[in-house]
Amino acid sequence: MNDSVQATAPFIEIDAELCKGCKLCIGVCPKGVIDISEKLNGSSYHPAYYLGRDCTGCALCFYACPEPAAIKVVKP
Amino acid sequence: MKITEKPVAFYPEFVRKSGPHKETTHYCPGCGHGNIHKMIAEAMVDLGINERTVFISPVGCSVFGYYYFDCGHMQAAHGRAPAVATGIKRANPEAIVISYQGDGDLAAIGTAETLHAANRGENITVFFVNNAIYGMTGGQMAPTTMIGQKTATTPRGRIESVHGNPIRVAEIIATLPAATYVERVAIGDSKHIMKARKAIRKALTNQVENRGYSFVEILSTCPTGWKMDGPDARDWLVEEMTKVFPLGVFKDESDHREGAWHRQVEPFDPAKRDAYLGAGEAEAKAEKLPLPAELHCKFAGFGGQGILTLGLFLAQVGMRAGLHASWIPSYGPEMRGGTANCSVNLSERRIGSPLVDKPNLLVVMNQPSLEAFAGDVVQGGTIIVDTSIVEKCPEYPGRRVVRIPATGIADEVGTPKVANVVLLGAICAATGAFPQAFVEQSLRETVKKKDLVDLNLAALRRGYEHVGDAG
Ligand SMILES: Cc1ncc(C[n+]2csc(CCOP(=O)(O)OP(=O)(O)O)c2C)c(N)n1
Ligand code: SF4
Ligand code: SF4
Ligand code: SF4
Ligand SMILES: [Mg+2]
Repeated sequence: MNDSVQATAPFIEIDAELCKGCKLCIGVCPKGVIDISEKLNGSSYHPAYYLGRDCTGCALCFYACPEPAAIKVVKP
Repeated sequence: MKITEKPVAFYPEFVRKSGPHKETTHYCPGCGHGNIHKMIAEAMVDLGINERTVFISPVGCSVFGYYYFDCGHMQAAHGRAPAVATGIKRANPEAIVISYQGDGDLAAIGTAETLHAANRGENITVFFVNNAIYGMTGGQMAPTTMIGQKTATTPRGRIESVHGNPIRVAEIIATLPAATYVERVAIGDSKHIMKARKAIRKALTNQVENRGYSFVEILSTCPTGWKMDGPDARDWLVEEMTKVFPLGVFKDESDHREGAWHRQVEPFDPAKRDAYLGAGEAEAKAEKLPLPAELHCKFAGFGGQGILTLGLFLAQVGMRAGLHASWIPSYGPEMRGGTANCSVNLSERRIGSPLVDKPNLLVVMNQPSLEAFAGDVVQGGTIIVDTSIVEKCPEYPGRRVVRIPATGIADEVGTPKVANVVLLGAICAATGAFPQAFVEQSLRETVKKKDLVDLNLAALRRGYEHVGDAG
């Protein structure tokens, strides 16, 4: 996040290279704002990505994700 | 602002993990072990215990627990984690000891340890990851495999009359009077996961407060063994597994056991142990020779060249010099190709780990070993190469390369079998680690067959001379 632009809405960041494309985050998101990418990442998985809107910062995706560092949830 | 991200009780990078990916786990996509690790790491941070936690990894897919958690570790033999946990906790009551086990580990080969640790009410925390299968070995039937569930060893499904019923471990543990807290949770849907998170914290909090034995069974998924994708596996867990393994608290005496669980055992005393083992005496007897620099060595070659014995020789010389020494042979994948290697540490200080990932001395007796390990040698380190066997030996910037036709020299002395002793001479000369007379005396005392002493001494001297002449 750019320091000068303070986000006011919650959002998540998914590190595409650390994602294994298991889709568990997609299944638990109550707002349906995560989808799977058409592109492959460096490990040959289709990574998940955030649609860029309507996240509530509930962090359910974080706990559903088995990877330590794939998802980061920010709630301003 | 609240940020939820990778808990700091995980290492920033998983440097012990092999392969190029140091920030992801070795688990399959969608595997439940990852979720459980995350919740344990988070609880460790929130309770402020990672500095004093000892995580015991089992045999199973979670055998590499020590890749991930920034805490103390012990990897136990299959099923023995609760016994190891007992020892660590009794020796060091301040440690927070986690026994993390799969269903094969805990409820098949380790059933006895599991029951007896619970029955003694050890003040430890057991996380039982029940994924109804042996994940690591390729999906065989586990004690907790469901009736009808197809596995590699029950291709037509588990049959009650043939294979018995799935074992409900939490219910069994709950019958034991000494157990404090027993709950079964799951990592199915989000509600389950958040409950599991709470149970994990409670089981660790109990130990921090000395409330005794806590057991949390966590229904988990093995998408690979179950031949399902991640979401289908979670659905199957929720719909099928929870019918056979009901969720809930089976026993909770936590509130009645505060502080009452300090064991009446004699505290562990390292001095007594050393006296018993005679370790102190050996140290006192040895003459103390200063070491110019700590040595972290890797010796590698073909099996049969005496490379492992070379490591032992050097470690023994070090011990005679009053140093701390470790020697450990490697049976990694390179063993299967007929090559062997060992790691040796020599230090004036205690040695924490016998492993050597970044040697400052590498000795190689074949080409593949040079290629495999030369890149690991630290800047300023030394690489000693037996050029009788290694044909191509390039320069390695920042590292000193000592070329010596050790096997050829040994042959001249009498037999190629003493090539390793030629190399021992080369090592001592190149590192300046020990006076030659001292090494000769050590060798005289170490070589078992006395008629071979002169041969070995001749080989040693030629090694010293070669390096002395060259450098
Ligand atoms: C003494 C011994 N017996 C058998 C094995 C083979 N083995 C390795 S892992 C395993 C079972 C793993 O299943 P589980 O404990 O459920 O762990 P998971 O991989 O499912 O997490 C077995 C039988 C072994 N390594 N050591
Ligand atoms: S934090 Fe909640 S709302 Fe936001 S993406 Fe994750 S699951 Fe969806
Ligand atoms: S749960 Fe994690 S690993 Fe799986 S798709 Fe989502 S971000 Fe990727
Ligand atoms: S085999 Fe099963 S338990 Fe093992 S890592 Fe893969 S999914 Fe997980
Ligand atoms: Mg299992």
